[in-house]
Amino acid sequence: MNMNYTAEELAFRDEVRAFLDEKLPADIAAKVKGFRRLSKEDHQRWQKILCEQGWYATHWPEEYGGVKWTPVQKHIWDEESCRYGVPRSIPFGVNMVAPVIIKFGNEDQKQKYLPRILSGEDWWCQGYSEPGAGSDLASLKTRAVRDGDHYIVNGQKTWTTLGQYANMIFCLVRTNTEVKNQEGISFLLIDMDTPGITVRPIITLDGEHEVNEVFFEDVKVPVENLVGEEDKGWTYAKFLLTYERTGLAGIGMSKAALSHLKQLASRRLKNGKPLLEDPSFSQRIARVEIDLTAAAISNLRIIASVEGGGVPGAESSMLKVKGTEIRQSINDLARRAIGPYALPFVEEEMDLDYDGEFLSDKDAAPLSAQYFNNRKLSIFGGSNEIQKNIVSKMILGL
Amino acid sequence: MDFQLNEEQQMLQDTVARLVRGEYSFEKRLAFSETDLGFSADFWHQLSELGLTAVPFSEELGGFGGGGVEVQSVMAELGRGLCLEPYLQSIVLGGGLIAHAGNDSQKENWLAGIASGELKAAVGLQEPQSFYDLNNVETRAEKSGEGYILNGRKAVVIGGHCANVIVVSARTSGDTRNAEGISLFALSPDTNGVERRTYPTIDGAKGCDITLNNVQVGADSLLGEEGKAGEVIEYQAGRAIAGLCAEAVGVMEVANELTLEYLKQRKQFGVPIGKFQVLQHRMVDMMSELEQARSMAILAASVADSEQNDERRRVLAAAKNVIGRAGQFISEAGIQSHGGIGMTWEYNFAHYAKRLIAINHQLGDDDFHLERYAALLQAS
Repeated sequence: MNMNYTAEELAFRDEVRAFLDEKLPADIAAKVKGFRRLSKEDHQRWQKILCEQGWYATHWPEEYGGVKWTPVQKHIWDEESCRYGVPRSIPFGVNMVAPVIIKFGNEDQKQKYLPRILSGEDWWCQGYSEPGAGSDLASLKTRAVRDGDHYIVNGQKTWTTLGQYANMIFCLVRTNTEVKNQEGISFLLIDMDTPGITVRPIITLDGEHEVNEVFFEDVKVPVENLVGEEDKGWTYAKFLLTYERTGLAGIGMSKAALSHLKQLASRRLKNGKPLLEDPSFSQRIARVEIDLTAAAISNLRIIASVEGGGVPGAESSMLKVKGTEIRQSINDLARRAIGPYALPFVEEEMDLDYDGEFLSDKDAAPLSAQYFNNRKLSIFGGSNEIQKNIVSKMILGL
Repeated sequence: MDFQLNEEQQMLQDTVARLVRGEYSFEKRLAFSETDLGFSADFWHQLSELGLTAVPFSEELGGFGGGGVEVQSVMAELGRGLCLEPYLQSIVLGGGLIAHAGNDSQKENWLAGIASGELKAAVGLQEPQSFYDLNNVETRAEKSGEGYILNGRKAVVIGGHCANVIVVSARTSGDTRNAEGISLFALSPDTNGVERRTYPTIDGAKGCDITLNNVQVGADSLLGEEGKAGEVIEYQAGRAIAGLCAEAVGVMEVANELTLEYLKQRKQFGVPIGKFQVLQHRMVDMMSELEQARSMAILAASVADSEQNDERRRVLAAAKNVIGRAGQFISEAGIQSHGGIGMTWEYNFAHYAKRLIAINHQLGDDDFHLERYAALLQAS
């Protein structure tokens, strides 16, 4: 039992800190820390800096421009980047489709797409979920019919995060209706500029435009955009989902959010004293901090076992449930901390360059919206109910 | 023991229900919310035409003489429609404060108009530093000749953007957190030195913060005895809490109906998702929470207009605590049961969820009322 970092790991942490001290743009960090919106340009600017450092593609082999980090190094990066306010990297290209292309794609696809992901030339979005296929993903209905050297795609995808920025979408499509649901699915790479594709915004309950519906009407996709074999897409999809699930626990983000909450609670008043000193509120904060401490250690235990050659299994599902609950509790407390000011929805104060007078606390404006927005945490990436099904089946054998 | 509404009360509730069903579709509500007024002037007018704005006022003031149960009947239906009109602010709380503390000429000036819906009142009792404590008042009212000069800031005044009369608390003596020394003033928002910063609220309504900068008011602006408003405020806030509880029950009813409907019609893995036990149990929990809330809303309505004492205080604190917890549970569990669709603006569930969370931030959240209740605990 040794819970300390090795000398090499500590040196790596120093390297990360030095890099972030020097290269992370202050305006971007301030937006992240204050739960402000990031523009497409913010994401691209930061991606470019990361790429120059060679730290963008942490799941890729070095031959394709990736960096070989150990699980502990990845963890250190996650911790430090959350602490510093590094934007969450948009995972659809670098962490989702790229590993699939690397593992199952042909040489042409690797040559064509991987460099464009690194350079930021392509912005990928996901075409998995459908209106009728959420938790039951394999029941998807979007149809692709082979016609000479093309597939003709018809159907609808939904919950497409930042699809409005994307020029490429990876899709699960049904190529065979004669077999079991899981056996007739293929994995297609589709250029969003192809005629017949329409992107329609979905406005979420907090008024944000983050997700979209994508409609396909007789969309012609060249056969060379098929990844792997026809009808074998479900295997690739599951492989991709294991990448999605890692990091969903959001421990680093919870730590950052907790620190933000404590600062907020030290400025807000109740009975003439800082809320942080209020017995009942400080106990609420204490409880969630304790839960987070435990979850952080659970996370480290999983990382250590992977470092030792193990495979993260259903434990990461358990951690996803705990981790998302913790983050949601922190958002709940932040909303509670501003009391009556949870009601005003002052959009102009959500922009970082707002230079007017703040209605109440400088950080108050996004808090209620953030609370509502993060109800998604227990729904996406496999709902928490689905995660519990995985745990009860895989670990408990029920 | 009888928990049924009497015939008149049932008729009253049916009248509001019919009106809301006819006039307040979800799509219309979204459109009302986006106007400058933030609600429907037409619907407000219809409430008034049907005498509903007069419900809680005494007969000599042109009212209906309704009590807690009558207000409950109206508020529950307004809750079902997520109605945006300032019924609680103007009729229950604003009108209540003036009726309670005002002298004859003040009542004459304001109440007939409020009861008829012609005038709208809003109430500024909170301040930036007050959290939910209504005795925490920094705004000062200094004697000046016959009248007063007001300085300070009132926070999150729902409906304040369109009010014709604003009732504010201000301190005429004592320190910030003293229960003594608070006075109430009724003023026109057009008075010199009154500044409003208007904003939409997270649940689709509108409110404002009000800055009072050397606002000069006459002696006729003072409501009730100088320095003695603390008790009036507490009492009337109690009536408003009962009203909010009733509204919340209406909101929760629809939230639960929508969720149950969704569990029956949404299919995954070849069956309606309502066939999954984990979702069944959660739905049952949502229903039990609603029943707990309903019971407390009834209890709150039963004491809303009774004499002030610790038992009334305890009931109202308990009711708002239960409503706050039940509301958050139903809001979160309902979104979760809906999945992604529960997160969208276009589908109505999220708007019910947002109203439930917002209600928890009005007149004290569940934590605040838990502490209040604990402070009033009886030894045995």
